[in-house]
Formats: sequence, structure tokens, C-alpha cells
Amino acid sequence: MFKILEANELTTNIFQMIVEAPRVAQACLPGQFLIIRVDEEGERIPLTICDYDREKGTVEIVAQAIGAETMKLGKLKAGDHLADVVGPLGKPSDLCEESIDELKKKKIVFIAGGVGTAPVYPQAKWLKEHGVDCDVIIGAKTKDLVILEDRFKAVCNLHITTDDGSYGRSGMVTKALQDLWDEGNKYDHCVAIGPMIMMKFVCKLTQELGIPTIVSMNPIMVDGTGMCGACRLTVGGEVKFACVDGPEFDGHKVDFDQAMNRMKLYKTEEGRLMLKAQEGDTHHGGCGNCE
Amino acid sequence: MDGFVRVPVREQDAKVRATNFQEVCLGYNKEEAESEAQRCLNCKNPKCVQGCPVSIDIPAFIQQVKEGDVEGAYQTISKSSALPAVCGRVCPQESQCEGQCVRGIKGDAVSIGKLERYVADTARELGIKPEGAKEKKGKKVAIIGSGPSGLTCAGDLAKMGYDVTIFEALHEAGGVLVYGIPEFRLPKDAVVKKEIENVKSLGVKLETDVVIGKSVTIDELMEKEGFEAVFIGSGAGLPRFMNIPGEQAMGVFSANEFLTRSNLMKAFDENSRTPIMRPKKCVVVGGGNVAMDAARTALRLGAEVHVVYRRGEEELPARKEEVGHAKEEGIIFDLLTNPVEIHADENGWVTGITCIRMELGEPDESGRRSPVEVPGSEFDIECDAVIMSLGTSPNPLISSTTDGLEVNRRKCIVAQEENGQTSKAGVFAGGDAVTGAATVILAMGAGKAAAKGIDEYLSQK
Repeated sequence: MFKILEANELTTNIFQMIVEAPRVAQACLPGQFLIIRVDEEGERIPLTICDYDREKGTVEIVAQAIGAETMKLGKLKAGDHLADVVGPLGKPSDLCEESIDELKKKKIVFIAGGVGTAPVYPQAKWLKEHGVDCDVIIGAKTKDLVILEDRFKAVCNLHITTDDGSYGRSGMVTKALQDLWDEGNKYDHCVAIGPMIMMKFVCKLTQELGIPTIVSMNPIMVDGTGMCGACRLTVGGEVKFACVDGPEFDGHKVDFDQAMNRMKLYKTEEGRLMLKAQEGDTHHGGCGNCE
Repeated sequence: MDGFVRVPVREQDAKVRATNFQEVCLGYNKEEAESEAQRCLNCKNPKCVQGCPVSIDIPAFIQQVKEGDVEGAYQTISKSSALPAVCGRVCPQESQCEGQCVRGIKGDAVSIGKLERYVADTARELGIKPEGAKEKKGKKVAIIGSGPSGLTCAGDLAKMGYDVTIFEALHEAGGVLVYGIPEFRLPKDAVVKKEIENVKSLGVKLETDVVIGKSVTIDELMEKEGFEAVFIGSGAGLPRFMNIPGEQAMGVFSANEFLTRSNLMKAFDENSRTPIMRPKKCVVVGGGNVAMDAARTALRLGAEVHVVYRRGEEELPARKEEVGHAKEEGIIFDLLTNPVEIHADENGWVTGITCIRMELGEPDESGRRSPVEVPGSEFDIECDAVIMSLGTSPNPLISSTTDGLEVNRRKCIVAQEENGQTSKAGVFAGGDAVTGAATVILAMGAGKAAAKGIDEYLSQK
């Protein structure tokens, strides 16, 4: 059992928790993820690591209540326990492997969408701790849905854009990236994390701009250790398992259409309707049913 | 009943069991077991023991069954095996102990597996536990993986007095016994959990949710956590695919995924929160025990099931008993057939599979006749799901994060057969992680050999 020390709602349907998980906290690096089970009958669900504290032995998770399982998770309070927390899973970000001098020479931009903002945070923080500057673009539908703003401001040059223009720049993240580029920000490296549809269109743009781009894939998973193959993707014509070969891949090589299609495998009609109701007219394709 | 024929074992009717997940084989009762035990000739030079990878004193326990001494029989088996209720169900006895039985020369071999199961099940009902160590050695050993090899190694070391901790990556102990082998062949709560409880009752500690190589490395376990020896029994969990067109379509699964959802996550139960596809018509590719398990699971979920295998009936690697059970339940075997391409509709869902007929050519180096395609013999099978059961290979998570651990070109850990010693001091390995996918009992044999190897290593240290 893994104790929840803090639980807060960041915005509608997105919540943050600090959980005691000493082994994960000790070993994890930016780019990795974990799998939890809410209770003994729970499904195994992969979640992103937003932050970690090695000394306290805690990890911070951020999740969006979009299905039955994440809704159950969202109802838990400080003092409750999760049945399981396992990780860290997947490979750490390539940035952690590169020499700091090389990183300092690069102009790096992160593009974060929705709940995908959370896994960008430890990467930006890690760079800051190693003396490397970076830009971060956070995209959200509207002002109220922007998360982690203050914490990002402390570790990077932050650009916020909202679909409805209620805060920061106006428009999708792709527009913000194009505008920043046109304003003279010639990025050498891009990391995009968010809904698959967002990553797909960011990759389309960065290909045109010639910016190497890493994406973090979040397909269906069961065990998270390479055993089931449910998370398989086609990357550069080869089959890869997101859980052990990723989750980060060269975004210009990922077959997003196939990956989005595979997301709908276990979606029920009911679940799709719920998602549509929640996301309204800015339905982002997380259902896997959209073009 | 004359001595040439074994006492038949009761089974659930094929038509009934095809619609449920309850155990197929019902096992012997006291009368049946004692009657079957009478058939054992108690040979002076028992060939059956030689056929057993963990060398159970088979004639001794059968004599005890004959005398009605189930507790004695259980302790006799426990000296050699930590998982008798499991082995009595899933061992390929026909090619091991029973394959050597002299009774089998003229008539049926003694039904050793069913007797072992009777002893283990009865002992469990009576609450009999294995005997633990009398003295503690005060030395810590880490076991990686709680499958058959790990549990056996852990049990043996605990009986010798070592302080043993098992690390398991999943949320539940048992390895392939819980994620791979279905409920109808090996009940989880009634059998597997109880056998694991028995291993824990010997003093073995269990830490679930630890992925060695990710959560902590072997070097860290030895340098920072005080483990003086490590046994790697991490199995062969990586599924293979065929790399044919259409394999990413929705409705194509690895047998591992399908079985893990059904067995570990209990998705066969409508109330489970883990989803599983319930196909209408399902093609299972492969002919091993895992293919049979996947096929029979799909059948129970309501599908018409075809097993597609590239060789013939004789070459099916699955146990005869499993193939027989599958056929009785109505599974259709398309033998000498190989998939070429999977088809999907415009939304990406599987609609069918194109296969080609095969014929057996000349025997290859391994002595098996290799299948060759019959040109122009392609045909289609309509289906909404395809389950790939083509074997598995060891997971590189451990070998790639442990300094000085040698692997061969198939990514299997190199370890000495007699004691499990790897290329790294203090690190031992066994089971599928070393051999590639094999059987429960061979993994147990390797776990046993490694426990002896670890004891020798730590005694000299």
C-alpha cells in the first residue's frame, strides 16, 4: 500500500497527488512514468510523474479524470492509500543522457498540452538544476485550464496560449510555436507532450521548420514492462513498445494515425460520449475516434 | 479394475466447461487415489524419479498415499517441490515421471501427476504446511521474480535458513502461474495463492511492484541493501509478433496481453474493471501450451476459435492432454497453415486473415521437418480477432542494467546448468530467463539447482 500525502484539484478534472513510493522516488528521472492501481480490484493505469523528492521518498502524480478508473483515483484524499505504485517505467529522456555543455549550446522548446503539461515540468526543472535554459509553451483550451503556471515560471521562459484567447497568446500551440519562431526564436530541439492529435500537428510543423522533435507516447498498456505488447507503435517503420522502448520517440517517425486509432480499442460508446461532453467543441481527439 | 489401466480422473463435461472458467479436471478423491496408488510397483530402481526435474521421491509418497498417510506424503513431496498442487496440474508428466514408469510399457503409467495433486490438495484442505528451517543463517538472498523458478529457489533457501526476499514486478506474486496459465487449468485463489502462502510461511519475504533494473538494480541490491547473493528468475516475458501486414490492426493481440487481461486482471469476469475484447470469431496463431490457453480462453469468452499452426498434428508443441481438451471443447485446428496478412475494415478493426497451406519438407538440423509454403494455396478466414502465440523471449531489463552479466545471442542469461552460476559473482539465474520459454517444472528444477549453488557459494564465502 502506498500512502497519499497530498491530494489537490488543479483545475476541472485534473488533480495532483503526492504519494509515498520510496523506490520510485529514488530511481526516477525525467521522461519516465509509473503505473498505479487504485485498489485491489483496480485496473493498472499508467500515469506521468510530475515531480519527485528523493529524500522524502515521494512522487507527485498528475492525472485527468477521464475514465472510471481515474475518476476513482480523483476521489481519493490525503491519508488514503493506493494499492500499487510501480516504477519508474520506460526510458529517461534523452536530455538526461546528453552532456550539459552540449545542452547549453541548444535552444530548447517544450510544448505542453493539457494534462501533458505535468510530465514536461520535471524535464524543465532538471534542465534548470543543470544550468540549462529552455522555453516552454503551455497550451490550454481556456484560462482556467492552465496548470502549474507558477512552478514553470520558476524554471523556464514560459509562454502560455489559450484556444479562446482568454489568457496569454491566442490559438493552438502550433500557432504559438510558429509565432515564436517568426519572432526570431530559432529552436534546435523540441519536446512535445500532450494529446496525440496535438503532438501530431506539432510534429508536422517542426518538420517544416526543421526542428528535431521528441514526443512522449501514452498508448494503452497493461504491465508496462514489455510483456503484453498492447502499447506497440510503429516508429520509422519498426514496431516499438512504448513502455520499454519509449515513452519518448522521434516524433517525425511516429505513425500517429495508427497510434490514435489503436487508442479506441477498449473505448465504450458510453466512454466516448462522456469524453465528448467533457471536452465540448474543443474535443481533442483523445477518444481516438477523430480524424 | 486390472493393473493395466489407470483409474480415470473425473472432468467437467466438455460442453459445460466450454462456457465457464472453473477447473476442467476435478482430481481424484480418497478412494480413487488409494486405488491408483496400488498400481505403483515400488520399483527398487525407480525410473520415475530420474524423469522428475526436481527428483521427488515418487515411490515413497505413493506408498504413503496407499497407507492413507497424506501428511507424510505431503512432507515427502515438499522436500523436493515447493509447488506440488501446481505441478500436479501443469507438469508434462507424460514425458517426465510417467514417461519413465515401467507400468507404461504394458498399459498405462501410474497416474503420478494426479496423485501428486491429490496429496497437495488434501494437505491444503487439512491445513498441513511444509516444514521450515530450524536454524537461521543470517545471510540475505534476493530472488528476482516470483514465478516457478523464483518460488522454488526461495523456498529451498528458506528451508536452509537463509533470509530470503522475493522481488516481483507485477502487483501479484506467481509470475506465469498468475498471468499466463488460465483459471480453468490452475485456479488462482484456491491453488496458486495457497502455495505461495506456504512458501511465505517458511519465512520468505515478498515485495511486489519492484521492477529490477528500473526501481532498483542488482548492483544496488548487493552494494546498498546487503544481499549477498541474487537469483534471477525473471522468466521470458517478451512477446513475438510475425511482422506481417495488418498486425497493428485493432483486434490483434499477443497471447500475453490476452491472457494477462483475463488471468491476472480477471477480465473474464464481467465485473472486472479491466476490459478485454470478447471476439465472435478468433484465430489463434501457434501450437504451444500458451496457444491452447489463449484459444480455450477466447472460447470461454464466447468465440468460435481456430488454431492456425504451420506444422502438423504430430508436431504440435502443446501437451497432448491440452490439445485433447481443446478439441473436446470445440476448438477447430487449421494445421499446416500459416498466416500471410491480416485484414482490417476502414476503421482499423480486424475482419479476417489470409493464410497459406504448408507442407512438411525435409528434416532440418534440429530433426524437425520444416514447413514450406504450397504456392498459390492462399485462403481467407473471416475473424474479428487474431491472437499471436509465437513464443516469448527474455526481457532485457535486467541484463541491460547489470554490469558483467553475460547473455547469449537470444538475450538469454548465460548460467551453468548444475548450479545456476552466471558470469557475475554472487549472481545466479534459472528458468525461462536462461533457457527461453520452457515449462514450469524445468524452471523449478533450475531454481532448485540454483538454491544449492547459492548455498555452496555462501558457505564458502
